[in-house]
Amino acid sequence: MEFFRIRRDIPFMRHALAFNLVSLLTFLAAVFFLFSRGLHLSVEFTGGTLLEVTYAQPADLAVVRNTVAKLGFVDVQVQNFGTARDVLIRLPAQKGVSSAQQSTQVMTALKATDASASMRRTEFVGPQVGDELAADGLKALAFVVIGIMVYLAVRFEWKFAVAAIIANLHDVIIILGFFAYFQWEFSLPVLAAVLAVLGYSVNESVVIFDRIRENFRRYRKMTTIEIINNAITSTISRTIITHGSTQMMVMSMLLFGGATLHYFALALTIGILFGIYSSVFVAAAIAMWLGIQREDLVKGGVTKKDVDPNDPNAGATV
Amino acid sequence: MNRYPVWKYVIILVALVVGGLYALPNFFGESPAVQVSSAKPTVKVDISTLSRVEEVLKTAGIAADLVTLENASIKVRLGTTDEQLKAKDAIQKALVPDVANPGYVVALNLLARSPAWLRAMHAAPMYLGLDLRGGVHFMLQVDMQAALTKRAESLAGDVRTSMREKNIRHSGISRNGQTIEVLFRDVPTLSAAKAVFQDQFPDLQTVDAPSGTEFKLTAAIKPEAARRIQDQALKQNITTLHNRINELGVAEPVIQQQGLDRIVVQLPGVQDTAKAKDILGRTATLEVRMVDESTEARAAELGTGVVPFGSERYPERNGQAVIVKKQVILTGENLTDAQPGFDSQTQEPTVNLNLDAKGTRIFRDITRENVGKRMAILLFEKGKGEVVTAPVIRTEIGGGRVQISGRMTTVEANDTALLLRAGSLAAPMEIIEETTIGPSLGAENIAKGFNSVTWGFLAVALFMCAYYALFGVFSSIALAFNLLLLVAVLSMLQATLTLPGMAAMALVLGMAIDSNVLINERIREELRNGASAQAAIHTGYDRAWATIFDSNITTLIAGMALLAFGSGPVRGFAVVHCLGIMTSMFSGVFFSRGLVNIWYGRKNRLKTVSIGTVWRPDGGTDLKSE
Repeated sequence: MEFFRIRRDIPFMRHALAFNLVSLLTFLAAVFFLFSRGLHLSVEFTGGTLLEVTYAQPADLAVVRNTVAKLGFVDVQVQNFGTARDVLIRLPAQKGVSSAQQSTQVMTALKATDASASMRRTEFVGPQVGDELAADGLKALAFVVIGIMVYLAVRFEWKFAVAAIIANLHDVIIILGFFAYFQWEFSLPVLAAVLAVLGYSVNESVVIFDRIRENFRRYRKMTTIEIINNAITSTISRTIITHGSTQMMVMSMLLFGGATLHYFALALTIGILFGIYSSVFVAAAIAMWLGIQREDLVKGGVTKKDVDPNDPNAGATV
Repeated sequence: MNRYPVWKYVIILVALVVGGLYALPNFFGESPAVQVSSAKPTVKVDISTLSRVEEVLKTAGIAADLVTLENASIKVRLGTTDEQLKAKDAIQKALVPDVANPGYVVALNLLARSPAWLRAMHAAPMYLGLDLRGGVHFMLQVDMQAALTKRAESLAGDVRTSMREKNIRHSGISRNGQTIEVLFRDVPTLSAAKAVFQDQFPDLQTVDAPSGTEFKLTAAIKPEAARRIQDQALKQNITTLHNRINELGVAEPVIQQQGLDRIVVQLPGVQDTAKAKDILGRTATLEVRMVDESTEARAAELGTGVVPFGSERYPERNGQAVIVKKQVILTGENLTDAQPGFDSQTQEPTVNLNLDAKGTRIFRDITRENVGKRMAILLFEKGKGEVVTAPVIRTEIGGGRVQISGRMTTVEANDTALLLRAGSLAAPMEIIEETTIGPSLGAENIAKGFNSVTWGFLAVALFMCAYYALFGVFSSIALAFNLLLLVAVLSMLQATLTLPGMAAMALVLGMAIDSNVLINERIREELRNGASAQAAIHTGYDRAWATIFDSNITTLIAGMALLAFGSGPVRGFAVVHCLGIMTSMFSGVFFSRGLVNIWYGRKNRLKTVSIGTVWRPDGGTDLKSE
């Protein structure tokens, strides 16, 4: 089998401006939704109590809502979770109330209305923990961005580092934009997925950059644009197949992982799709705008590559 | 050129064998079991307990698969849950005659069914997190400021006592937040006081400043002392929690310090959160009372008379009854510390108590009036009292430092000190995070995670085999090897596996195939450019390696960040993610190359490689796989 029968290099860079404009617009839309709608943060971040209750028969949400409201809790959210029989109840953090007792109270009330109600999961998070988690999340993001930039700057060149990070942060913002627009729940596992996507889609850019560097060494006559086109063309089959395989895994999570992994898998799906787009159309184009040249890579790159201490095949000749 | 030296094959073989062995326990599953552990520091679980349990089982007619003593607890493995419950009842009845005062915790548990030789290698199945096995998780925040304030209060009392002892006249001692302020009229007294501070209070640092016509000495707890106090408070709270959780009869409770001021409590299998919360938040109280030594009381102690009016009967730890007066002299609030030690003259083991200022004053008066009599220190928990110790008063005790000695071994002294300290929490705690996972949800989560990994793996493997033919088969075997290694490493490290961890497993497999896709695409490309079969394989692996290394490092950076800053579910994800990336580099490149080398390496006249269609753009005929 061969899916990719490409006869000559595809001129990706000819439309770089158009692609970058599309990216910019998507990015701006994502930022707009992030600010106008905000993220629907899970209990882990906001603090509060969460109960997952299961019934013997499909649950009547209105009854559940009423029962909980009667207890005097304000701002209660009741929704189905996974199946019609499972109900998720969210109580916001209340000042002064020993919220650890909330879950017991609600469960007793629910059991009184319908004896088949049984507790599957409760979660209580104090407000101070939530703030910390948000701060830790931002720290982790900063760590990833700086770590990857430093690594790429050392391994390639700063222009590539900047290009890769811009391209992939744009992925992250777009994922967040989706979560804001659809008001999907943003929980800790989703945060993990977002950061994993950041590391993963930088992969993509690295593969293309690697090719660009190799091409600079191999084809001395080609212009920078030709070199980039050739690099993307020759890696595109690998890009699609790899992402396809990863997506198969993520698909399986989306299908079999149940409600807990649903948004996690969803974040990964968006991340993978936009990861392909941004690596192919955005990262290289930004590197091009930043003015990469043969001299940037070939000088320092040659010696570094030849004595890579981690290469098991170092020194081998064909 | 595509041959590995022997040592590389040896490495692969060793990895395969070790990985296989350590992954093996996961396939045996778990059996119902009963676990017996000690509920009190004074009760030891040893060989004699083991033989007792064996005897109990024999008389009850229960055939256990296995009875072992491991890490100071006895584990009895049984065939069915029915037998498990029967065995638990029998053991409970034999070992814990008094339910109100249990010496042992007899709990239901699950035990790996792996054979003895695997256990001897310390090969255990992966440690499942609460979301996979059900249970309760609490995170408690210790109020450190309260611990420091409490300490400052008791130090202020000590300062007052010392000033009086040294005859230093001050015009007022007060505690202001966590500092102690002492006022003096003139400089000589101030400097005398400073000398006392330097001499007797190494934990305090002093600053003096004129305040109106007087001189104010402000003493604050030194930062290193404050750290020590906080550390002690946390340790004491953990000890107290341990004691209390023992009552819940949880097989494997986890009580850990997290950060500087937090404690994580995990109780696998516990569903009754209300009871757990009740026990965690309970406050034990300590009371000091006089022993009633009247003749009626003596008779009552021996069980021949009624307890006199105004007195109560409490058991001592050895079971003997002690009649104590109802009037409470001191409570645990006045006790600031209890440590085991040795008498400086007799070298006997002792328990040294420190009292705060108020306690010191009361204690001095009481001891002066009652020399030669006995006093009892009682510990109340759940409204149930127990006499920890009942020493005889030898002399008047003035300094607030009390020494209990005589008829004690070092172990007993340690235990008594622990009980006195552990009776109460050093600092108040607050539950800031709580999660309860029902048992059915746990089992469901395992199934979900397992299905995600299995179906994802199958889909990817099928695709790889279809697209890359024999090389796809190699890639799939390498991917399976990666999964095996990952499971083995997780089992070896006993890292907690959670549902996000299982998701990470699926994701890492999806990402790991990237290495093989890179290699296979590279080999195809070399073939397309007209390289010979062997050269194509060699160059393909060679060229792909640099890219694989770079891209895995960036993924690893993201994983590390999650590990460093993540908590809870994120951490569970990150651990598996990072480990998976590392195993994938080994399996995807080193191991798969080994497979290829075995298959193709020896064929000198290799014409074609089975790597699917190698399509040529120049209109030439496609190279079909063999």
